[in-house]
Amino acid sequence: MYKIILSFRYLFKRRVSYLALLAVALCVFIVVVVMTVMTGLVRNFKDNNHKWAGDCVVGTESLVGFPYYEDFIKRIDGTDFVEGVSALVKSYALVKNRNLDWSSSAEIMGIDPVKHSKVTDFDETLHYRKNDAAKAFEPAYAPNLTGCVVGVDKWLMRDEDGKYSYEDSPYEVALLVSCFPLTSKGALAKAGTDLVNTKTFYYSDTSRSGLAGVDSSFIYLPLEDAQLLCGMAGPVKRISAIHIKFKPNVKLADGCEKVAALWKKFVEEKKGAEQAGLLDTVKVQSWKDYRREFIAAMEKEQTMLMIMFALVGVTTVFIIFVVFYMIVSHKSKDVGILKSIGVSKADVIELFLCFAFLMGLLGSAAGVFGGWLFLLKINRIEGFLFEHFGFQLWDRTMYAIGDIPNAIDLKVLAVIIASAIGACLAGAFLPSRRAAKLEVVETLQVSQL
Amino acid sequence: MSKDGFILQAEGLYKSYRMGEAKVSVLKGVDLAVRKSEFVAIVGASGSGKSTLLHILGALDRPEKGIVSFEGRDLSRMGERELNKFRNKMVGFVFQFYHLLDELSVLENVFLPAMASKSVFGWLGSRRWARDRARALLSELGLSERANHKPYQLSGGERQRVAIGRALMNEPRILLADEPTGNLDSATGNDILKVFERLNKAGQTIVMVTHDERIAQKAGRIVTLADGKIKREGAEA
Repeated sequence: MYKIILSFRYLFKRRVSYLALLAVALCVFIVVVVMTVMTGLVRNFKDNNHKWAGDCVVGTESLVGFPYYEDFIKRIDGTDFVEGVSALVKSYALVKNRNLDWSSSAEIMGIDPVKHSKVTDFDETLHYRKNDAAKAFEPAYAPNLTGCVVGVDKWLMRDEDGKYSYEDSPYEVALLVSCFPLTSKGALAKAGTDLVNTKTFYYSDTSRSGLAGVDSSFIYLPLEDAQLLCGMAGPVKRISAIHIKFKPNVKLADGCEKVAALWKKFVEEKKGAEQAGLLDTVKVQSWKDYRREFIAAMEKEQTMLMIMFALVGVTTVFIIFVVFYMIVSHKSKDVGILKSIGVSKADVIELFLCFAFLMGLLGSAAGVFGGWLFLLKINRIEGFLFEHFGFQLWDRTMYAIGDIPNAIDLKVLAVIIASAIGACLAGAFLPSRRAAKLEVVETLQVSQL
Repeated sequence: MSKDGFILQAEGLYKSYRMGEAKVSVLKGVDLAVRKSEFVAIVGASGSGKSTLLHILGALDRPEKGIVSFEGRDLSRMGERELNKFRNKMVGFVFQFYHLLDELSVLENVFLPAMASKSVFGWLGSRRWARDRARALLSELGLSERANHKPYQLSGGERQRVAIGRALMNEPRILLADEPTGNLDSATGNDILKVFERLNKAGQTIVMVTHDERIAQKAGRIVTLADGKIKREGAEA
């Protein structure tokens, strides 16, 4: 009991303890804020990537695409683990505004908007036709014309607050989309001066996936039109990928494994068919692997950040070590007194570790409270800084970020608190052991002859 | 208690200290025996080794050679745990510089030895008893009004009385006092000695170290330490 009482008294009656407490609180504060923001950004980024792709993607990187997809879709669409399937065409194009002197390169994605919305959150990314995927390619000003959905960052500018300047309804714009059609062998399908396929599409909506790379480069077209543009609409139609959504109770790895097995069997069956060679370029991937190169970069940033904060942790341990060394040096007389009344070495260590535990606990509590308060107001603070000093953490004209993520993850919080307490205990251990080893006569300075 | 009726016995104690290159022998074969309820004063010049002897007797220090036995049990054969228990239950120390914990109140300082020997739950069970005993001791020592003060708010004499209270908390068999009046004026020192006399009359065994022959006269027996040995044993006072 005396350990608890003395720990509290040491904590609240020594100025140096307050400094150590402040050091712990500051470290916890910084880690909580940065980890929350960074984890939130990574989580949002992953979520957005998942919402943009199916759970599983059967696809090829080749611009030629792969054939017989309808047969495979028929085969998997009826299985008990698949909820939806969407075929799509992906290629590159030149886009030109028919009425203005404006042109741009773009990635085109040919989709069936209804089927694609069953597999992804495509319908939720639309602005004018939100949750009405069937009309995604129907321009409101001319429903009979073929529409296209443009990635929002390709079409609209963001203001400094990250908001887009939407009109009340889409205005009439005709976009000429030109592609190089390829044969199944990968050669240009056309020759001479007429190398490209061009078709006019009318701007019907924008799509905001929250992925800057996607929203600034993609234009969505009807599947059949995209196939025509890319030369994939021959007698044997081709596509670039099949996105598959699994039923809710299906685990991602299990579902992907089943699809891979079915695909393997399908390729075996198609051996000898005219364009069967193209099937060998197809890979079956989970959405995580499909978007790996983008997610990995973000995860690498997070890992680097964690390493940096591990260094912060080491610094905290050192600060605690120094503080405890000072406290123990000042308290060596107390150690002598305690040992003279029969307190053991282990009890002395426990006393100082109890003190360190309290310091870690209270420092963490203060840091977490400060961090929580700061995160609660982080967007308002950023707004204030931007308004008065022009400072913005993430330039909204460049980053597809709305508000800064500020939802504290309780698991992360638990790890941070445990680490802070652990750091305090680690920093206090050696000085505590040193204190325990002190001889009574030395500490009481009574070794006079 | 040993067969000879001694509560504490020391035989052939040797102790030396290193002072730079030189080795200084402090105790060179000290023999001492203390009977139950005795009041023994160890006197000697400064540097004669009286404090060292007292620390060895109370198991705060170990001799290089020789045996200290308490109630017939050799302290050198005791393990760390037993020695801690010995310091907690059997011996009460009173130091020249009081050595109270400034973070604790007077009352807490007095019942600290009782608290130190108990676990949290054990303490919860005996807390009331310990507080009552500590209050009773403070009352006996004339410090009832000072129970909630901090040691640094007390005078030297009051602090020494608190230290005596702490030493008596666990009803030790023997009280070891190292220059208990050395830091006090003569009037306050006399008050402390009166406390010791009263305790001794009530049956408390006391071994007191002092360099002041006049103070030593209050003890029942005077032992003089010189050149690392017991030079002479004085008559009963």
